[in-house]
Parts: sequence; structure tokens; C-alpha cells
Amino acid sequence: MSESPGAARTVPPQPKALLGRLHPWPVRIMHWTNAAAMVVLIGSGWGIYDDSVILHGVYFPKAIRIGSWAAESLLWHFAAMWVLAANGAAYLIYGLATGRLRERLLPIRPRDIVLTVRDTLRLKLAHEDLTTYNAVQKILYIVAILAGISQVVSGLAIWKPVQFSGLVALLGGFQGARLVHFAGMAILVGFLAIHVALALLVPRTLWAMLTGGPVRRPSSPGPLKEAVR
Amino acid sequence: MRSPFRPSVVPDAGILDDHRPLVRQIERRGLLRGGLSLGALTMLTGCDVTDTSAVGRALRAVSDFNDGVQAALFDPQKLAPEYPASQVLKPPRFNAYYDVEDVKPVDGDAWRLELGGLVSDKRSWTRRQIADLPEREIIVRHVCVEGWDYIGQWSGVPLRAFLERIGADLTAKYVAFRTADDYPSSIDMASALHPQTLLATRYAGETLPDPYGYPLRLRTAVKLGYKNPKWITAIEVTNAYPGGYWERRGFNWFAGL
Repeated sequence: MSESPGAARTVPPQPKALLGRLHPWPVRIMHWTNAAAMVVLIGSGWGIYDDSVILHGVYFPKAIRIGSWAAESLLWHFAAMWVLAANGAAYLIYGLATGRLRERLLPIRPRDIVLTVRDTLRLKLAHEDLTTYNAVQKILYIVAILAGISQVVSGLAIWKPVQFSGLVALLGGFQGARLVHFAGMAILVGFLAIHVALALLVPRTLWAMLTGGPVRRPSSPGPLKEAVR
Repeated sequence: MRSPFRPSVVPDAGILDDHRPLVRQIERRGLLRGGLSLGALTMLTGCDVTDTSAVGRALRAVSDFNDGVQAALFDPQKLAPEYPASQVLKPPRFNAYYDVEDVKPVDGDAWRLELGGLVSDKRSWTRRQIADLPEREIIVRHVCVEGWDYIGQWSGVPLRAFLERIGADLTAKYVAFRTADDYPSSIDMASALHPQTLLATRYAGETLPDPYGYPLRLRTAVKLGYKNPKWITAIEVTNAYPGGYWERRGFNWFAGL
């Protein structure tokens, strides 16, 4: 981003999303709703997948599947899909309308990516400030959001390959759509592994997603470093 | 004429009295399981029609809701993509609730197609009579609920033409099928009237081989594979929900593509 020489160096007015708790209650509700829907969709998806595998020899063990056989897994999958889609749509509308998505996830500067990766490798990753994401975090969240959207689209193509035959063609045919859906799952499972592992390493983040986290005041020019109690 | 779907021997009403204690016991057990609510998750067994747990009931309610959503999404004018004959899989893939070795071939000469329900002409049909009807060929993708698919080339009389011919009530809700392999099935009327829904008698130009439903089967491009009953022996037009073999075991009824 280039700065025009004439631009005054003033603190830009903070969007409403910046005020109040780090994670306002709608975000917390949507986060945990999404977590539940995702777990059910992934576990039941594994049950459906096992009936006709895409990758030869790759099965998901019964113990980690949701549903004791395909019919049950399908029932779970086609129920949880509504929760994921409705909650995801609400999240995107909320995030766009309040400016929160842009504020939290943008901009991503190449320099920041290099810095974050370097700090990570030196085990010097800063996480005393929960209110800003580093570049890698931003990328991971954007990837997860895009993968979620991709799952809905590819899922629709698999569910209704005749009604949405154009979509199926776009995804490279019916098996192509299945592959995209499977890849999206793999990406989301990968994201989940990192996300949960880091949340457990820095339990304050987990607590913040339950209680709301630090309060950010309109008067402060930047986000507060520590939680105000 | 008597409906071909009614059992020829009706069970004695006294049977219910004899087994009343047992029935009551089953109900009580169902209540207990239902009371476990979310805890009953692990007890869910899909094969069990009497799964009365709250979760099982809720999931089936969503599945019923999804039937309605699918009916609303279904565009009766929208055709499934068709493919060149070079892509046709020969022979087609066999699938049933039993192995291909257990297929019991149907004697085509003795075979009759019985009709019932909201149909004005309920005379049964022979193979020859059906062969005289106008035919259509479709080369369409077969999609199994398990996830596999193949391109198949099917010919036969469009179900719409047949229903019109027998004076079926086209405003009825369901078209139900009975088969020689005891695989009841049913579809919604809108899908039955779709131009790519056939009573198929041939595959890739040849008379339907035994494992694929000789002499008559349903082949619709707008439903999952399990909605295509083979070895059809009777068709009924009805407004009473007929269900089906897999539907009774927890699979979605509409199963539209």
C-alpha cells in the first residue's frame, strides 16, 4: 500500500467493530456453532466417504466416524449442512457489515509474512496481544473461510448434480466435485489441527473466545495489550 | 380391481391381542431410549426403524424437511446432461442389497406388469405390449449414494407416456413400484413425469440382461441409483406415502439429483 505524500498522519477513525470486547457475543456464538457443525460434517463425511473411497486404501476408522453406517452418516451430514451454511452466511454478513473481517484479516503485507515466519522459527512468536493477528494467522483464517465456502459450493454440486450441472462441469465432473469436497475437508482438518493446538498452547485465546476477551476502548488509539477486568 | 399392493392373506386381528404385553414392553423400552436424549447418540442404529430416540427423530425430521427442499429445487424442465455412446460402461455396474450371484431371473413370457391405485385402465401388461409403446433412449450418468458413478445407455417407454396411456391421475403425489426382488420403491409425480424417466427395457441397445432388471426397470436421470427399482412387477399411483426399501432404513426419500 503506498502512502500519498499529502495524506495527513492521523489515526483513522475506528470502525464500530473495533470497540467493545475483542470477540463480541455474536462472534462467539457463531464460532462455537460453526465448530460443532464442522465436527459433525467432517465426522459424518468420513462415514459417507468410506462407502466409496476416492483415494485407494484411504479409509477412516469407525471410531472417528459419526453415524454407525452410511444412512446415519448421511442423516447427520444433511442436517448439519444447514447449520454450517446458515451460520456461515450470518458470519460473513456480520463480518462484512461491521467491517470486522477487513479489520481483522487485512492487510497482509509480504514483509509481515516474512517477519512472522522468522519469529515462529526462532520460537519468538508474540502472543501477549490477542487483539491483532499476525500475517500467518490472517492467511490461515482466510484460507479456512474460503475452504468453508468451497465446501458449500462443491457440496451443492454433489448433492444436486443435475439441477446444478453447470457447477459440476466447472468442478471437473461429478468425481471432480467429490475430489474438491474431499480436498476442502483435508484443508479444514489441517486448519483445525493448527488452530486447536495453538489455542491449547495459549489458553488465554480459548478463554477469550468463551468470555469475549479484552475490552477495546474508543479512546485508546490502538488495541489494548492486556485484558481489562 | 383389488390393489396388487394389498397382501393376499390378511393377518388375524387376534394376533395383536396375543402380543399386547410384548408391544407394550417395546414401547416402554423406546421411551427409555428416547429419554436418554443426547446421551442416546451412541445407541443410534440406522437399521432400526423403531429408533425413537430424540436425536433419531430429529434427524429424520430434517430428512423429511430436505424432501420438501429438494422438491422445491427440482426443475421439471431441466434435463440431465447426456453423453456420447463411446462413454457408455458395458456392462453397467451391478448394485443391489444382495450379491449378483443371488439374482433370481424373471421369466419374461410369464411376467405381467400389474397396475393399481389412481389409474383408470388397470389391465395388466405383457412384455410384447410394452415393446409396442413409443421409446426413448437416454445416455446419462448414474450416481450412487455411495459416491461412485458411470455413464449408462438406457431405452424404454417414458414413464410419462405410460402413465398417460393408462389414464393415471397425474395430479397424484406418488408413483410406487413393486419388484420381483422385494425392493419396494417410490418417486414423486414431478420426477415421474420428467422426460428422462423411463421404464427401461434395454441397455446399450440390447435387451436388459437379468442382473440389471429384465424385463422392466425404472431408469430416471433425476434420482440417485437406489431410486431405480429393477424387475418391476407392479406400479401404483397414490397419494399415500409409499416409502421404499432403503428409505425404511434411514435413507432420504426424495434423493433427487
